[in-house]
Amino acid sequence: MKKNLDINVHHITRVEGHGNIVVNMRDGVLEKAHLNIVEPPRFFEAMLKGRSFTEAAIITSRICGICSLGHQITSLKTTEAALGLEVSEQTVLLRKLLVNGATIQSNILHAYFLAVPDFLDAPSVFPLIATHKDVVLRALRMKRLANDIGDIVSGRAVHPITPVPGGFTRIPTRDELLLLKDKLLNEGLPDCAATVETMKALAGAIPQFERETEYISLTHPEEYALYGGAACSSDGGTFPVEDYLSVTNEFVVAHSTSKHARHKREAYMVGALARWNNNYKHLNESALAGAETLGLKPKCYNPYMNTVAQVVEVVHCMEDSVRIIDELLGCGLKAEKPNQTPTRYGRGIGSTEVPRGILFHDYTYDNHGRIVAANCVIPTGQNLANVDADMQKLVPEIVDKTKPEITQHLEMLVRAYDPCISCSVHILDVDFKDA
Amino acid sequence: MKPKVAFFDFTGCEGCQLNKLNFENELLDLLAHVDLVEFREAMDETSDEYDITFVEGSISSPSCVERIHDIRRRSKILVALGACAVNGGINAMKNIQPIEQVRETVYGQDKYRFATLPAMPISAIVAVDYEVRGCPMSQPDFLQLFKALVMGKTPPTYNYAVCVECKLEENECLLTKGQICLGPVTRAGCQAICPGVGQACIGCRGFVEGMNREAMVEILTEKGLSVDEAVKRLQLFNAYEVAV
Ligand code: SF4
Ligand code: SF4
Repeated sequence: MKKNLDINVHHITRVEGHGNIVVNMRDGVLEKAHLNIVEPPRFFEAMLKGRSFTEAAIITSRICGICSLGHQITSLKTTEAALGLEVSEQTVLLRKLLVNGATIQSNILHAYFLAVPDFLDAPSVFPLIATHKDVVLRALRMKRLANDIGDIVSGRAVHPITPVPGGFTRIPTRDELLLLKDKLLNEGLPDCAATVETMKALAGAIPQFERETEYISLTHPEEYALYGGAACSSDGGTFPVEDYLSVTNEFVVAHSTSKHARHKREAYMVGALARWNNNYKHLNESALAGAETLGLKPKCYNPYMNTVAQVVEVVHCMEDSVRIIDELLGCGLKAEKPNQTPTRYGRGIGSTEVPRGILFHDYTYDNHGRIVAANCVIPTGQNLANVDADMQKLVPEIVDKTKPEITQHLEMLVRAYDPCISCSVHILDVDFKDA
Repeated sequence: MKPKVAFFDFTGCEGCQLNKLNFENELLDLLAHVDLVEFREAMDETSDEYDITFVEGSISSPSCVERIHDIRRRSKILVALGACAVNGGINAMKNIQPIEQVRETVYGQDKYRFATLPAMPISAIVAVDYEVRGCPMSQPDFLQLFKALVMGKTPPTYNYAVCVECKLEENECLLTKGQICLGPVTRAGCQAICPGVGQACIGCRGFVEGMNREAMVEILTEKGLSVDEAVKRLQLFNAYEVAV
């Protein structure tokens, strides 16, 4: 059948930020299949210019509210690398706890509030309050717990307050951490088990589609890499994060205010599924058991399964948070002041796995501790070329379905990537001209 | 009849949107009192008119201007949520650099491909009835306003400094400890949350009316900043107001 098809989803719903899906097919030939990013650009790298090292993380946190902790931690690590600021083991542990909390928060938000309505054929989570109240209450409880981690350890879950270059302005108390641990054990872990069951019941609604691609994430020899490590590709090779420009290769395309990226192939994928494919061996046992229950197998090429990988990570992070609290309390909490005395000035590069994938910041400081050049490479930007490539393979495969069905498949695909469009519209790789 | 409520976002980080979903304990109760008709981040449905509209983010492109006029026409009450919407917030920092240079920094030779305007608060384009300040918008403040509007009352406003709240919270003063704190000129309403956890106020709620800018710059220079650095610090969230 020589089909004509025109799909134009203006401002796709249930994603962060503004994007449109555009598909045109003429006589059975696919002419166009794109996610167009129409969010106004925000120019963060330009704002950083001339700013003091104490302000960088405050500013970059505002790139994205959903990923604010991830941007903040990456920014702090970048500044610390550039200025030679050592941080304590306690600081690293507290930051890892925060990263776990942010991963739980973001993955739960996406899985329950943005993706589950698709699986239940509902237009949003709100009607589910009437039909699936226990599920909605559980989702809210898990989000609250993740935010408790942020509130207790960093002063506020959105745009955290206490993490600063060199450490924290306030260390949580022993009692606060004990209370948190108690909640994680008695509320968090049972809710994780129930979440796996809920997802299992819904997994039948996940479309069957495969496109093998290159998967890029951090990797670490001893742990499931979220806080740090080396960059690695499923096509082989690990790279020091300092070589990120040879991985990300960003370029400007006409249909998007966000830049695209490619490495060895036309496109690559980052995020929970990429982390799973590259690092599943380092997940704790309950997370691996959850993956098995949900049919997530190592080397999964179905991008729709990204949501399942997110749920598996929630299980891991919940349990890992208990471990971190035990370690912190075992060492005895120390009332440390942040180390803000630079030992050098120059360039630093930092990378963290934020919920949507690998994030890089790169700053150069002058010898007054002020930024002269900055670059941030954001996960959603790295995924955009891959979303387009998926759509180009998917549309011909489902072309016999009705137009609303095709549209729904495409929207679900975009949502599966959990795109953070606000984040992605200020990517650049050009240094300041007069630096 | 329950009021029809809608949420819209312009240029911002969506942190304010997220902060509303972070009322996990109150969310279901709040929703029971309103008819949520449009909220693109979370739902597919749309509507033509709204009793109460919440707008987040700054105006920063020609298409934003068109959209906000349209939204205003269809809204009985319009509330600006968060620093970006109330006073331009962090976005306005781009205004204090020549726009050519800003574009070139980000997009290189492709700089003319995307239309952009200086970042502006919502009130620069349309009338705003109420505001919730903060970056992200302060949660207790939002809750109070939401309840007041649903009950048909006038929400509270704040025009005194964060320092006042610091005293009430019995925080140790950070300025006397040598930190660069903007509490003396910043609008209260956040319960001085930052000084409460040892971090200086960075002015995210905007300034009190008739602030004494010279005096504040003087305090900051006493703490070791140059005049240029002091002005830059004031501009962090308030570059729209403190343009030069
Ligand atoms: S005010 Fe702050 S939290 Fe709200 S949208 Fe703007 S940058 Fe984000
Ligand atoms: S203390 Fe200052 S920076 Fe912190 S929330 Fe209040 S106004 Fe904003």
